[in-house]
Amino acid sequence: MSKLDSKIPSGPLAEKWTKHKNNINLVNPANKRNIDVIVVGTGLAGASAAATLAELGYNVKTFCYQDSPRRAHSIAAQGGINASKNYQGDGDSDYRLFYDTIKGGDYRAREANVYRLAEVSGNIIDQCVAQGVPFAREYGGLLDNRSFGGVLVSRTFYAKGQTGQQLLLGAYSAMNRQINRGKIEAFNRHEMLDIVLVDGRARGIIARDLVTGEIERHSAHAVVIASGGYGNIFFLSTNAMGSNVTASWKVHKKGAFFANPCYTQIHPTCIPVSGEHQSKLTLMSESLRNDGRIWVPKKKEDAEAIRNGTKTANDIKPEDRDYYLERRYPSFGNLVPRDVASRAAKERCDAGYGVNKTGQAVFLDFATAIERYGKEQASIHGIHNPTQEEIKKFGREVIKNKYGNLFQMYEKIVDQNPYETPMMIYPAVHYTMGGIWVDYNLESTIPGCYVLGEANFSDHGANRLGASALMQGLADGYFVLPYTIGDSLSKDIRTGKIPTDLPEFEEAERNVVQMLERLINNNGKHSVDYFHKKLGKIMWDKCGMARNAKHLQEAMVEIRQLREEFWRDVKVPGEMYGMNAELEKAMRVADFLELGELFAKDALHREESCGGHFREEYQTEEGEALRDDENFMYVAAWEYTGDPKDAILHKEELIYENIEVKARSYK
Amino acid sequence: MAILTSSIARKVAMALSGLFLVFFLLQHMVVNLTAVINPETYNSLSHFMGNDGFVQFLLQPILMFGFIFHIVMGIVLEIRNNNARKIKYNTYKGNRNSSWMSRNMIVTGIMILLFLGLHLYDFWFPEINYKYIETNPLDLERYYPHLLDKFADPVRTGIYCLAFIFLMLHLWHGFSSAFQSLGWNNKYSRAIRGFTRFYAVAVPFGFIFIALYLYLIQ
Amino acid sequence: MKLTLKIWRQKNKDSKGEFKVYPIDGIEGDMSFLEMLDILNEQLINNNEEPVHFDHDCREGICGTCSLQINGQPHGPDRLTTTCHLHMRSFSDGDTIVIEPFRATAFPVIRDLVVDRSSFERIQQAGGYVSVNTSGNTIDANAIPVNKHDADESFNSAACIGCGACVAACKNASAMLFTSAKISQYSLLPQGKIEATERVLNMVRQMDEEGFGNCTNTGACEIECPKGITLVNIARMNREYTAASLKKPLSNSWS
Repeated sequence: MSKLDSKIPSGPLAEKWTKHKNNINLVNPANKRNIDVIVVGTGLAGASAAATLAELGYNVKTFCYQDSPRRAHSIAAQGGINASKNYQGDGDSDYRLFYDTIKGGDYRAREANVYRLAEVSGNIIDQCVAQGVPFAREYGGLLDNRSFGGVLVSRTFYAKGQTGQQLLLGAYSAMNRQINRGKIEAFNRHEMLDIVLVDGRARGIIARDLVTGEIERHSAHAVVIASGGYGNIFFLSTNAMGSNVTASWKVHKKGAFFANPCYTQIHPTCIPVSGEHQSKLTLMSESLRNDGRIWVPKKKEDAEAIRNGTKTANDIKPEDRDYYLERRYPSFGNLVPRDVASRAAKERCDAGYGVNKTGQAVFLDFATAIERYGKEQASIHGIHNPTQEEIKKFGREVIKNKYGNLFQMYEKIVDQNPYETPMMIYPAVHYTMGGIWVDYNLESTIPGCYVLGEANFSDHGANRLGASALMQGLADGYFVLPYTIGDSLSKDIRTGKIPTDLPEFEEAERNVVQMLERLINNNGKHSVDYFHKKLGKIMWDKCGMARNAKHLQEAMVEIRQLREEFWRDVKVPGEMYGMNAELEKAMRVADFLELGELFAKDALHREESCGGHFREEYQTEEGEALRDDENFMYVAAWEYTGDPKDAILHKEELIYENIEVKARSYK
Repeated sequence: MAILTSSIARKVAMALSGLFLVFFLLQHMVVNLTAVINPETYNSLSHFMGNDGFVQFLLQPILMFGFIFHIVMGIVLEIRNNNARKIKYNTYKGNRNSSWMSRNMIVTGIMILLFLGLHLYDFWFPEINYKYIETNPLDLERYYPHLLDKFADPVRTGIYCLAFIFLMLHLWHGFSSAFQSLGWNNKYSRAIRGFTRFYAVAVPFGFIFIALYLYLIQ
Repeated sequence: MKLTLKIWRQKNKDSKGEFKVYPIDGIEGDMSFLEMLDILNEQLINNNEEPVHFDHDCREGICGTCSLQINGQPHGPDRLTTTCHLHMRSFSDGDTIVIEPFRATAFPVIRDLVVDRSSFERIQQAGGYVSVNTSGNTIDANAIPVNKHDADESFNSAACIGCGACVAACKNASAMLFTSAKISQYSLLPQGKIEATERVLNMVRQMDEEGFGNCTNTGACEIECPKGITLVNIARMNREYTAASLKKPLSNSWS
């Protein structure tokens, strides 16, 4: 247990970070030139870290499986990025952002980290603007803000519905500048397949060139993992097709503890699954819930009629509609946090009120908003007795201005006009709060191995608030890691270049090659996707939005069996050398099949409901999540011992000194 | 050197030489129109063009350079552009996203070049021959009859008309394209495009009209 | 629906490729184009054949990874749509679909339908940034007011996802739409204006070195761009480049 030293600096919360920075060891600029750092993953966290480290003078190598760092999945974030700038003068402050994030995370995040996140959030916006990120602006030329779910202030900065893309392009441009200067060497279409430890310290990685298939050794004085989350363990998620856990999982297997794997965010507004062929899910921004009302029919026969196609949404009379969020949570209504909204949708669909052919969808209806805005606009245009047609026309215009691109995307995918008929939505896996355990310096339990962004566990507790992921990724990369990494690298100034012919490298490479060869030569019966889909189904059915002990126990057994079947029966066509997409997938799914078991084990052990983790056994009479602060107010960090089922639990107690721990209520 | 050899420099040079030739066409057509209105004016203008030192020894070389530059650069760009896609598509639906004229500037350009050969053979070489090789005396009345003579032949008249159609197609894209190349794409672009397209039709149509007129009056 | 797919197969960048014909059945309109290819690949794997390689990642129209020349058009017949958002309802039963890689000398084929677009990377590395350190010690974000119109225009240029459809559509395989969008994104903002002269010169030089063709203003790129990047960007680049080339020899500064 003593291994888990979070290294949180002492002193008052607001001074911890400043104090820590003042006391940290620095590396002198001349010595930085002799130190190499590897960054795996080039999303917001990885790209920003790589750029900043290179700027400081370290020699950086970046690795990403995409053909360009700019394509990392951070690019798909839509809504915005939070920062406690208080430009709106609505009472925002670092403390409020800190408070909202801790509360939103259901009191399962580390105070000191979250406060630091809030503290540097403003800097992120300054930095991005200086880089030329085209944030939305008001007519006066200053930055615009909007509000997001779960908070009482307007602190979200945005660039239309593409905030992630614009921020990533910003970080990527900073990277490009360093590539041009020769300080970053970018290895695109490369996948890290193992980490190499020398004398217990992270000293390099084994990577596969995805074009030639060659296995490469890369050494460095520190390894930074910023490879994102593991939502694709569910097969269907809003993650990119290539998003994977491999880098994190390999690090875990070499000694980094994996924290809170069961904390998964299921986003309530995604486009529902349309059939067996479905390969991924598409998110519709949370901002839609500002104007959309969520409902299902009150009568089961109506729901059935809609499923059969004999009735449409517009045939259901207003009094026959069940606006269940407004009914259950009158004060927050449609704007309850993501976990609450998702569970409520599942509850209605499970009860038989789902509205698409699979019965797994609810309506998100803009008719009321169209009418409200339409009347308002008609009056602005001086029409005092508008016809229904005029109201609709004006209202649609307003909705189009606000959400036009989302409506267009919906129509492209579903082939229905959401201005005419309500959208159909259903929750989908979106983000994983769990990840590699890191201390205050973002260093994992492997010395010299740092983990940033979604890949670590640190800042969101059991549930992440909207527009916080971008904030965390950039905070880690731009402003936290570049300081904290110096502390351990300062001991490496005399080490010299790490040779790649050490036995540790040889062994790691041998293991990787063996695994690849085994897959290629397996000659089984089923494709990789066959197993991935099966794993996804187990995860979704038994470790999804609502979990119980029986299902979790079954899941552990089933995943184990599936893993054995995978290794016995998977078929990977083609060769090891040269581009081989199936082999890439196989390597990733092999790791998901191990993580899945740990995931279920973690969910099983956490006998409470908190944030994204809902255990059916632990709920209030009204069906709300019931936390157990007395027994579970800790981070569960798992140590790998050779088999996921035998992982050893380490606990980091969470201490709240600056915030009162309360039950979340959105009634 | 980038100012001379970069892709954008080539493009700008193409646009400038093109605009110069566009302007020349207008001037040419105006002179030709006088043949329809008043043969005497035509004769005197032709004489001026053929014998004024400024026109002959300054403007004419500039014009020749403009033509040669535009043609050579056009061919160079075509070769470079072909090299930019060495392996061609099996299926390429250019008509779904661009006009035939814009995609076939080299085709219309070569047709115009071929015509230019004929045109020089018809008018420029005899003129040079008359003035400088045979060193005949000045004859202020010879231009209009020579013109009429050329358009007595229906085949030649037809070839001329066809060439003007190619010119029309070339101008339809080329004239407005020059503005884009020079960076003029703004709120006036619609008006510019309207004007250039009117011009692209009107000028070749004027030439066609003159050719047919000269043929029909005989 | 039942379809015939005619797909370019090529083992690696050095080998000679060829078209292969694959019949496929049971395709529904709700499937995306890439899901249709997933189904084909599943069948190929089950028949002990190697699956068709194609680039894809986010499958929500934003990462710019997916490509494909479908029936002679980049990203297929629909406007403002990436291949991953193209749905099979845009085709009909019995259709033959020709699927080729994006063709350009600067985009060599890596395998089957996968091409190497690293030339785009190098263009951006040549100057697609603002030279500001990421120290966080910059001025306050609101200390640089930006005219809303300029900010919106800059955003529109920045919406480019770098997929390469402009190059694929262009009869000359020119990369001017891409390069100009990347240049415009910065030159429209006060932060980016400071280095605008150097940026346009360097990025255009790199673009030329990569072997892209020359722009002849056909406008195909603008029509096929899934993100609606317009020719106004190219005009702006032409203007800036001309001004920068004239200005540089007269300038005192060396850098």
